[in-house]
Amino acid sequence: MARQIGEVILDLRNISLSFGGVKALTDISFDVREHEIRAIIGPNGAGKSSMLNVINGVYHPQQGEIVFRGEHRKDMDTHAMAAAGIARTFQNIALFKGMSVLDNLMAGRNLKMKCSFLQHALWWGPARREELAHRRKVEEVIDFLEIEHIRKTPVGRLPYGLQKRVELGRALAAEPSMLLLDEPMAGMNVEEKQDMCRFILDVNDQFGTTIVLIEHDMGVVMDISDRVVVLDYGRKIGDGAPDDVKNNPEVIAAYLGTQH
Amino acid sequence: MQFFLEVLIGGLLSGVMYSLVALGFVLIFKASGVFNFAQGAMVFFAALSLVGFMEKGAPLWLAFVLAFVVMTLFGIATEKFVLRKMVNQPPIALFMATIGLAFFVEGLAPLLWGNAVRPLDIGLVDEPIPWILDNWNMVISSFDLAAAGIAFALVAVLALFFQYTRVGRALRAVADDHQAALSIGIPLQHIWALVWAVAGFVALVAGMLWGSRNGVQFALTFTALKALPVLILGGFTSVPGAIVGGLIIGASEKLAEIYIPPVMAGWFGGNFGGIEGWFPYVLALLFLLVRPEGLFGEKHIDRV
Amino acid sequence: MIYRETGQFKTSYAADQQIFPIRQDRIGILLLLAVAFLVVPAVAGNYWFNAILIPFLIFSLAALGLNILTGYAGQLSLGSAAFMAVGAYAAYNFQVRIEGMPILLSFILAGLTAAGVGILFGLPSLRIKGFYLAVATLAAQFFIVWCLTKFPYLSNNSSSGVISVPNVEILGFTFDTPQSRYLLVLSIVAVLALLAKNMVRSTTGRAWMAVRDMDVAAEVIGIRLMRTKLLAFAVSSFYCGVAGALYAFCYLGSVEPDGFSLDLSFKILFMIIVGGVGSILGSFLGAAFILLLPIFLDIALPALSDLLGLPFGSATVSHIQLMVFGALIMFFLIVEPHGLARLWQIGKEKLRLWPFPH
Repeated sequence: MARQIGEVILDLRNISLSFGGVKALTDISFDVREHEIRAIIGPNGAGKSSMLNVINGVYHPQQGEIVFRGEHRKDMDTHAMAAAGIARTFQNIALFKGMSVLDNLMAGRNLKMKCSFLQHALWWGPARREELAHRRKVEEVIDFLEIEHIRKTPVGRLPYGLQKRVELGRALAAEPSMLLLDEPMAGMNVEEKQDMCRFILDVNDQFGTTIVLIEHDMGVVMDISDRVVVLDYGRKIGDGAPDDVKNNPEVIAAYLGTQH
Repeated sequence: MQFFLEVLIGGLLSGVMYSLVALGFVLIFKASGVFNFAQGAMVFFAALSLVGFMEKGAPLWLAFVLAFVVMTLFGIATEKFVLRKMVNQPPIALFMATIGLAFFVEGLAPLLWGNAVRPLDIGLVDEPIPWILDNWNMVISSFDLAAAGIAFALVAVLALFFQYTRVGRALRAVADDHQAALSIGIPLQHIWALVWAVAGFVALVAGMLWGSRNGVQFALTFTALKALPVLILGGFTSVPGAIVGGLIIGASEKLAEIYIPPVMAGWFGGNFGGIEGWFPYVLALLFLLVRPEGLFGEKHIDRV
Repeated sequence: MIYRETGQFKTSYAADQQIFPIRQDRIGILLLLAVAFLVVPAVAGNYWFNAILIPFLIFSLAALGLNILTGYAGQLSLGSAAFMAVGAYAAYNFQVRIEGMPILLSFILAGLTAAGVGILFGLPSLRIKGFYLAVATLAAQFFIVWCLTKFPYLSNNSSSGVISVPNVEILGFTFDTPQSRYLLVLSIVAVLALLAKNMVRSTTGRAWMAVRDMDVAAEVIGIRLMRTKLLAFAVSSFYCGVAGALYAFCYLGSVEPDGFSLDLSFKILFMIIVGGVGSILGSFLGAAFILLLPIFLDIALPALSDLLGLPFGSATVSHIQLMVFGALIMFFLIVEPHGLARLWQIGKEKLRLWPFPH
């Protein structure tokens, strides 16, 4: 099935963010369309992660406006964004290390589970049925990511590459409509990268999930993304289709280190 | 008004003593990230050692030196047998380990030196200063004033030590980033042992002053409980914070003890003394709700 | 050879998500309960009930409460004893002030009162964490004990806050023998432990652990930090509160506020460190260990002193006890931070593979 890139669902307008006196993002605008794969690239310290943090409400920008599915906001709220179907992975894996893979994924579905703690305590009727129904869903994600053999393993004991995959699994378990991936392939070898690319493309293809990702591997970015935005020193210096960006002189300057 | 001032000054002076204990916490926390709950037990241990050596016939200065040696050995042993083995554990586990350490020391110290309450005479008398009594009609203890003076001198010496010596610079480097300090060749474990020795020295001075005032006894371990709200108020990493926090806690606690119970008795009837035990904590807690990082602490930004 | 799960295939998620998925565990726990309910009451003497079994169960419950907060939700508390005090005094007041109040209802209300107070003192956890929070819980410890001492109303105007509780009576049956009190405490603790186990293996528990392990990530997947932390404080305090009520009604009979001191809080903390942070089983193991250790030392040390020809005074014994406690805590934190429960688990895993470990 060919993907149909849809309307703009997320529009960031003139976002500025600073910590104390340090400016992390300056007057950045870009948009994300439904079902597309949107990459954010840029040298280290360019503000890429901060950008994702603004999108799902971990950071609150001082200036600018965010339009998400037609709703105008000054900043985002983590809980509301999770409820609106935005899921996320982190640059330095942020799994729940003391819990098993299964529990991590089940935790990813917490917003869809409605029973109260009293029902949980009794483990009876609705609570039990709910737990089983969600277990079924989580097993689908486990199948999809091919991690059946480690489902009961505590996450802390897994190797790095698998942890990254489990983290993707936790995000997918929430059945998100938009997925933010912060360097999903950092530190992986070629095979692991290929696997991860396949998973990202499959997610995008099968579920129509909109994907915003940060990645340093230019080959991967140019291959899989529909549009690319380039940041440098907290400013936007390029935006467009991979080929356009590749030929943008300012982008080349930023990457090859010509003087600013 | 005069009475108010008298209470206020008395409170500030005892606050300096709190600062002194809090300083021991701050030193260790800054250098190793360990929140050392055993600081109070160390005060007790140091004071007992001091008295113990004096009972064996040593003059004050010699006993002081010997007690310092004991505290240094204790610091080295702690580093070697406890902290070094817990390098990769979360800070909260280290904190719990120091609670264990506190229990250990609270048993060890009296086992070595006996557990009777003993007086300690360091040549300071706890009497009102006549000159102030005559001129302003206020009771200000000469002991409190001298103790505050000693505490301030100690703080000044430590500040200079940190700022201007090579070891001090190494200490600050370690405090900033363990890994980085290690990679430029600073011997991390020596520095930790050293900082425990310095904290032992601070505990010794605190133990000597508190002990000579109230007698050397188990209650000295409670000085830690006095210092904790000071730390919350001042921030765990700030030397000035420990000092200002101590002054605020000391003054407000004494004022509260004088002025609040009568008001409460007016409302509910009965006796409401002894609020010193919790008032500093509640004060610190309310303060935290406004400024979670403490007076001088650094604001922490979560990076994800 | 006996502890094997070979051939136990699970064909449904329901079977896989049972409380004890391995058949031998199910049999084991049933046996344990049978022994606790049927055999122990028949064979144990009064000393065992009063000095060991009843306090063991009560402290297990308190440790369980602290473990929910500290082990599962990751919020270190140094004020558990104060919440026990709230439970003890609340149960007493409900019992004394309301005519014909059923005792079990009093216990539940006592737990709820403690939960309310717990939420109040848990509020700072929304803004502060780690050490700051630990120190802040000391505020609860000191403030609550002070209130119980100073407000005569809370102890029904008894002097310096000492309360003597009435006999426990349910539907006309008076629990006046140690044996009957043991059975009452055992039933309550067993039910509450089951409820706790269910909570920690469901969404509630996963939310707690998520907040413990990585709070920012928890927030991003939609877990509400405030609600989750406060729920942990409430449930934890409920357990401590009920433990406190049982402590007064089924163990000591008469308590004073100072009995719920910081030392008691530390004792409960030690139980979960030794037993296993973040483990229901660990709460029980830790309580047993910390409770039996002084009894053991009381017997062992004089024997040792006779052996060595050194006279140990009772003061010396208590000092050595402190040292052993302190050393044990450090030992466990260094060698096995997950406590006895982890050792038990390792033992079981070894047994599953025995005698062919490869």
